Amino acid sequence: MPEELEAVIGLEIHVQLSTRTKMFCGCELSFGDEPNVHTCPICLAHPGVLPVPNEEAIRYALKIGMALGCEIAPRSIFHRKNYFYPDNPKAYQISQYDIPICGEGKLGDIRITRAHLEEDAAKTIHVGESGRIHGSAASLVDFNRGGTPLVEIVTEPDLRGAAEAAEWARLLRETVRQLGVSDVNMEEGSLRVDANVSVRPAGQAELGTKTELKNMNSFRFLQRGIEAELARQRELIGAGGTVEQETLHFDPASGELTSLRSKEEAHDYRYFPEPDLVAIAPTEAMLAEARDSLPELPAARTARYEAELGLDQAQARLLAGDPEQAAYFEAVVAAVGAGGEPRVVANWVTGDLTAALRAAEGADRPAPQPLADLIGAVAAKTISHAGGKQVLAILVAEGDADVAAIIEREGLAQIGGDDDELAGIVAAAIESDPAAAEQIRSGNGKAIGAIVGAVMRETKGRADGGEVNRLIREQLGL
Amino acid sequence: MIDREQVLHVARLSRLRLDEAEVETMAGELSGILGHVDRIRGLDLEGVEPTSHVVQLENVLRADVPWQSMPPAVALASAPEPFDGAFRVPSPQHDAD
Amino acid sequence: MADLLDLTVAEAAGKIAAGEISAAEYGGAWRAASATDELNAYLWTAAGADSLEPDWNGDGESAPAGEGEATPYGANAPAPADAGPLAGVPIAIKDIFTTQGIPTTAGSRILAGYRPPYTATAVRKLTAAGARVLGKTNMDEFAMGSSNENSGYGPVLNPWDRGRVPGGSSGGSAAVVAGGLAPAALGTDTGGSIRQPAALCGIVGLKPTYGAISRFGMIAFASSLDQCGPLTRDVTDAALLLGVMQGVDPLDSTSVGIAGGIALPSREDLAGLRFGIPRELGEATLDAGVRAVFAATVARIEELGGQIVEITLPHAEHGISAYYVIAPAEASSNLARFDGVRYGLREAGDEDLIEMYETTRSRGFGPEVKRRIMLGTYALSSGYYDAYYGQAQKVRTRIAQDFDTAFAAVDFVITPTSPSVAFELGAKTADPLAMYMNDFFTVPMSLAGIPAIALPAGLAAPEGAAEGAPRLPVGFQIAAPAFAEQKLLEAAHALEGALGFEAAAGDAIPWKGGARA
Repeated sequence: MPEELEAVIGLEIHVQLSTRTKMFCGCELSFGDEPNVHTCPICLAHPGVLPVPNEEAIRYALKIGMALGCEIAPRSIFHRKNYFYPDNPKAYQISQYDIPICGEGKLGDIRITRAHLEEDAAKTIHVGESGRIHGSAASLVDFNRGGTPLVEIVTEPDLRGAAEAAEWARLLRETVRQLGVSDVNMEEGSLRVDANVSVRPAGQAELGTKTELKNMNSFRFLQRGIEAELARQRELIGAGGTVEQETLHFDPASGELTSLRSKEEAHDYRYFPEPDLVAIAPTEAMLAEARDSLPELPAARTARYEAELGLDQAQARLLAGDPEQAAYFEAVVAAVGAGGEPRVVANWVTGDLTAALRAAEGADRPAPQPLADLIGAVAAKTISHAGGKQVLAILVAEGDADVAAIIEREGLAQIGGDDDELAGIVAAAIESDPAAAEQIRSGNGKAIGAIVGAVMRETKGRADGGEVNRLIREQLGL
Repeated sequence: MIDREQVLHVARLSRLRLDEAEVETMAGELSGILGHVDRIRGLDLEGVEPTSHVVQLENVLRADVPWQSMPPAVALASAPEPFDGAFRVPSPQHDAD
Repeated sequence: MADLLDLTVAEAAGKIAAGEISAAEYGGAWRAASATDELNAYLWTAAGADSLEPDWNGDGESAPAGEGEATPYGANAPAPADAGPLAGVPIAIKDIFTTQGIPTTAGSRILAGYRPPYTATAVRKLTAAGARVLGKTNMDEFAMGSSNENSGYGPVLNPWDRGRVPGGSSGGSAAVVAGGLAPAALGTDTGGSIRQPAALCGIVGLKPTYGAISRFGMIAFASSLDQCGPLTRDVTDAALLLGVMQGVDPLDSTSVGIAGGIALPSREDLAGLRFGIPRELGEATLDAGVRAVFAATVARIEELGGQIVEITLPHAEHGISAYYVIAPAEASSNLARFDGVRYGLREAGDEDLIEMYETTRSRGFGPEVKRRIMLGTYALSSGYYDAYYGQAQKVRTRIAQDFDTAFAAVDFVITPTSPSVAFELGAKTADPLAMYMNDFFTVPMSLAGIPAIALPAGLAAPEGAAEGAPRLPVGFQIAAPAFAEQKLLEAAHALEGALGFEAAAGDAIPWKGGARA
């Protein structure tokens, strides 16, 4: 039955590198310009030209590989992938085949099969009426983009659902973004994610026939596309059909999957080693430089927050995914010092502070020390949490301030703790409502609200609710 | 040893069109050449590394510094059908990949 | 005037530098000579170019077409220098090298009318040394051929006998030098395409070590085999041109140059040098006349003090098989860019993209090119790669190892260059395989990437010719280890002196005005 067919998903990701020049020639990379203003005989594939690899692209590929925990090949070579298409001027793409620069790795729970370097195709646009050739449909080719360096990352089919796939793709994107090697923007095309989707009976080792899903330009569409394809495959198999290997396009507007027009014959790329390029054998210096330039990446930071700071996984991931916020968080933890609880700080930073910043559009985060002071005051019950939020709003507005002074100025100091004043007010409230007191004594817990309410009115909300509850019970002998 | 079907298949991969007479001639000529070339298939070359480069170089790279591209007029000067600053072609009836 | 044309390049350059002759006069004499081409050796000459052409003539004026600053990729290169080791010398360039603004066809109709936007590195190095482009020479289409009968622009005639081929693929370059239409020429050699036409035309042809000269701007046939080289009247001129052109080029990541550069050779004896003759030569198919000249040359070597040693190259016999898999395979990929999209021929009329590709390529390419594209595509195609391309690359390794082993015992390997003298036009066009066999002695050195030179060693009558038939040049090939060009040129210089080919051939030498083209 279809429901027992588990999803098996692998991803193929193309990352456009943000180098200054193309992969194999010195033409400048930039976007949105007039067509064909960044070309030369090499990227236009004139007769007689030769490619020379961009050293920065090699560096970026090493960084990506290391960030993904990949084995770096001691020696890798380029191959030619031969096929005819107007956006492929040499009629072969220089890529890597069986000896890629990066081998096996892992990101999160998903294994990486490989990552390799190649060059991007040019841009083809289909023209309208005026551009037709003899009345037939025509296309225009702009070679500005042709030759942009790409790193292709391929995963093992370890993903088991559409949501998981989209979530992991987001992790990959964030990881690569933090390396500073690409804009990784799906809408702009600097990040392209294709999915290989298949299903199989749960527990079976053999893989089902996979289809390839392309052209999804957002994480949401990626997820929806995979969901649609999984549903299609499950229904097909449930009805006794078999899945054909094909390439599909998902249209998010209609939710439909269409088979991309395929050529009459299957792809035969006739790969052979690129004779015009010599091997890449990363030296110790190249490897060290790439390694040293890696920032702490989301996966590692998440793990550190969980292990060393005691955050729960959701909290850790949330913070680790935003390096700026993570750095701030750590500064506040440091300002709070020993005796503070990072979990509490995390809640403040991702919860109340985020809300306060949103409310005060465009405001910056307050300096870490005042926030640390505020968190400490709430923890010591000097003010209530509600009072703390008021102080926070003021902090956000003023940026840096003396928290103690604000508490004083706004009169937010809480009554409670060792203060006998509170005990006295509680006693008075119990006395003035003997009916409620009797109800509480006979087990009606809800009646305590009336006494608490009276105390709060008397203290103008400055009592610590938990402490009031405790005193009421104590004085009633419960 | 290379038949008509194979000739047509290879011609399509190479984007060459051969008429019937050419297909027949080509099949004959290629078979003759392959017949000679086939001698190497029988050689015992187990364990021999293939030579893809006679030059033993590594890491010949280029600094990521932009150079002056060609003016678009020059880029399009050789174009058989320039149109609006781009290279015009009949639309592909299939997707590349 | 005729005296000027009798000077070698080295002699002329020296006299120009010394002020003894004027560059303008010298260049003018060659322009006039190039205009008398009856061999169909030139596809374009500076002399014949109309006034709108860039004025690449001998008078030192003019810049190549294109405005603006010189770019790193060879666009807008400076005009020929006024000083330098080749100042004032016009040189013929095989039409496989891109020359900005000057029609470049690679001998193919698919590039009819094509004017490149940049100039090949090898050519720029020549002009930077003062040389001028005299003309672009005819060639077998995309360098595929051994007779120059595969040109899209008609065959080239051998100046020694116009009923015969000059060899190929650098047939035009060989013919202009041998026929007195140029003092020297540039060619390319992938499997013998400099050496074999040099041999058939009685001149010197040098294929340097793979990587010695940049391939940037050399229209690619087989990328792992193609090399640029000079065709000249003597060894000294070949050394001069090699010295100017060799070097690492940042635009060609497979270029290594020749460490130490090249000095003009001066050696006059061969004492202490060992010359290896492959034992397999005994079984090779050779014209009797070629075998006789080979034997006589070997005797000369011994007279000069050289030692003859028998060696073995066990896998050389498979050179043709490996070559005719590897070269077509790489060519099938290199020629795929000729698709009518960005330059060159486009056969419109069909509005379907695939039809445009097929019609353009089918009309633009000649039969030999199509044959090799088909062969190469087949050898790389799914299911056949390991058996053909993969296997051929292993044979290549073995051939290179054979040479390594040989060079442990000898300094040079010697063989005939071509199995026959120049054959008649049309004699070998019926069977492609028969034509391929012309490369038998030259292909192994290409596969191994080692340098080799073809020297004119004597004359012989064609096989089976009648008594008293005119004799034709026979070439002698000397191969050396990688980057041993200096040693090679020294030995060739000594042997050249002893052979006295020019003197022996006398008035039959076409460039001496005897049978001038």
